[in-house]
Amino acid sequence: MTKHLLSSADLTRTDVEAILATAASMHDVQRREVKKLPTLRGRTIINFFFEDSTRTRSSFEIAGKWMSADTINLSAKGSSTSKGESLRDSVQTINAMAVDALVIRHNQSGACQQVAGWVDASVINAGDGTHEHPTQALLDAYTLRSRVGQLDGRHVAIVGDLTHSRVFRSNVITLASLGARVTVVAPPTLMPAGMRDWADRDGFATSWDLDEVLDDDTPDAVMMLRVQHERMSGGYFPTAREYTVGYGLTRPRLARLLDRKPEAVVMHPGPMNRGLEISADAAESGASIILDQVSGGLAVRMAVLYHLLAGEETAA
Amino acid sequence: MSDLLITGATLHVTRAAGDAGEPRPGETADVLIRDGRIAEIGRIADAPDGVTCLAADGLALLPGFVDLHTHLREPGREDAETIASGSAAAAAGGFTAILAMANTSPATDTAEAAELLLDRGRTVGLADVQPVGAVTKGLAGEELAELGLMARSRARVRFFSDDGRCVQDARVMRRALEYLKPFGGVISQHAQDANLAGASACCHEGEISGRLGLPGWPAVAESAIVARDVQLARHTGSRVHVAHVSTAESVEVIRWAKNHGIAVTAEVTPHHLALGTELVRGYDPVFKVNPPLRPREDQEALREALADGTIDAVATDHAPHARHDKEHAFEAAAFGMLGLETAFAVVHDLMVRSGRMTMSDLVRRMSIDPARIAGLTEHGRSIAVGNPANLVVIDPERAVTVDAAVSNSLSRNNPWHGMSFTGAVHATILRGRITALDGKVHDQ
Repeated sequence: MTKHLLSSADLTRTDVEAILATAASMHDVQRREVKKLPTLRGRTIINFFFEDSTRTRSSFEIAGKWMSADTINLSAKGSSTSKGESLRDSVQTINAMAVDALVIRHNQSGACQQVAGWVDASVINAGDGTHEHPTQALLDAYTLRSRVGQLDGRHVAIVGDLTHSRVFRSNVITLASLGARVTVVAPPTLMPAGMRDWADRDGFATSWDLDEVLDDDTPDAVMMLRVQHERMSGGYFPTAREYTVGYGLTRPRLARLLDRKPEAVVMHPGPMNRGLEISADAAESGASIILDQVSGGLAVRMAVLYHLLAGEETAA
Repeated sequence: MSDLLITGATLHVTRAAGDAGEPRPGETADVLIRDGRIAEIGRIADAPDGVTCLAADGLALLPGFVDLHTHLREPGREDAETIASGSAAAAAGGFTAILAMANTSPATDTAEAAELLLDRGRTVGLADVQPVGAVTKGLAGEELAELGLMARSRARVRFFSDDGRCVQDARVMRRALEYLKPFGGVISQHAQDANLAGASACCHEGEISGRLGLPGWPAVAESAIVARDVQLARHTGSRVHVAHVSTAESVEVIRWAKNHGIAVTAEVTPHHLALGTELVRGYDPVFKVNPPLRPREDQEALREALADGTIDAVATDHAPHARHDKEHAFEAAAFGMLGLETAFAVVHDLMVRSGRMTMSDLVRRMSIDPARIAGLTEHGRSIAVGNPANLVVIDPERAVTVDAAVSNSLSRNNPWHGMSFTGAVHATILRGRITALDGKVHDQ
């Protein structure tokens, strides 16, 4: 396993399989009355969040605590100009404290990769700008596998604001490494530049038409991405209702999906804009595994910390 | 004023306007300089008394380089570069004249600011520092700066630019072009449509920016402004110079404009010629520059355009930055890279040794044409008796490996670190005085 987890591309299929297997045993720990494991006793983990986050930060914090690591949370406003304290200065003071791992969330792409070059600790990317969110992709894979089994040959559609989504960028890598076929669906304005070349090179499909994908190559899982409200003022699409008509998982579309494939599942990394990219019906339906994603997040983060920090010791 | 005898140099000269009687390219000769001008060319057996001798056997003697695009950071950011340190880097790189961009703090948008820059440059004395005047007050793009007063000042400003920013408003650009006509000014445009490539745009828009999740800077944001500006040049009959051309589309527009007799000139940087967008994959801000590094096809189009003369000049866009301004997350880090000390080696290796250009072509692109575009009559002149002795001695065979730690600049944002090139600047001569020898600066 690598020292850092900066991108989902840092993990081979073997790594992913190992993390998911460990996550399953960690998930059992979650159900115990006494949840504490001694695995990371004496290790120090700093959750350094340059961007607000509730779920990711608390799940990393609990994951560390349940494994007996000393975890500390730090917040800093990500500097958006070249006038504030430099990123290097911000992390070098932390590095001087000889910590074992830095879990970093930053509002700018690539920040974790830069930090990894400046510090001795293991760096775990907890979301960097619009680049990647590798532990989210791992927990999505974990949740999906718990529900549908092995992903080889399975078809996953990722739908929504691809341009600004780190969840998409990590998922497209991890899902492919587990053998899934991926189709990404978005209006042209929400597809990143160079999408066609990228998709061709990495072997996934792209589409502007959600209904066509649901009809012609019905997915085993549909992952709906959050559409940030500020994108509307950016002119990426005209109105919320037009977006919903084209790309929302509405009640009729959910019916269409389940009609063709009754065992299909619905995912969303949260937080959801109900009524925009996903209808309440879809979020609450039996096909939804959205709450499982939240619960799996903790186990997966325990597994990641274990594999990056615990070395040869046993897990649970 | 120093006297100097250069012996055994191979002369690479191209006829410049108004010069006559120069030796043929490739001829070997001794050159005697008296009172800052070339006094004699031929076989000169002994150095006259009191004349310094510079042995240049096997080396090439060229007119000194002229950089249309240097950022000196003084006044305002003297921690990143000063007029003295930037002049030193220029001298080490073979430049005898540099055009100092106006985006200092405060900006060079008055006659007084321009004269201050000129005078400080003269005091340092390592290169002629020619101030570039701002097109608009404070580079804000709204009201014209005092273009006429800057032109009438001792700094005799003829080259104007809001570089760092684009003159977005077509009406402002039109007025500036019209207003400059009586004194033969030219506007160097940083072509960047702010609506297509805003302040956060930091990476060529394409597959790599998509994968990296970085805000893209699409090629069309440059070529759309270049297309508008050549039409404004045609409409006004004024001259437009396109700074740091980075895309194949802009090259096409410039080629079209030149074929239609429109008064447009253009420059390209060594980094846009030689470095590609794939370098940003590691998110190292040393490779963050504006306009951004482009894909292979653009680099190829730029090389072709420089070779065929569609692009008139190489300019460095030497942009020093303090280390802490580069150590932010990629999107927040400062734009720009060093260039003065490496420009010749890169262009020589990439364009001359590869056979795409002759040494005479290099002299045109790095000396004669930039001097002509900027209206500098004392630079970019052929090696002929009576001409000013602003010269550079080149060792075309010497291999150099760039070490970012070794520089006359105060900054270290050097994208060429670790790369090797063949071709080095041996000596730089400003009005007969050696200003730099093998990278070491000779202060007055």
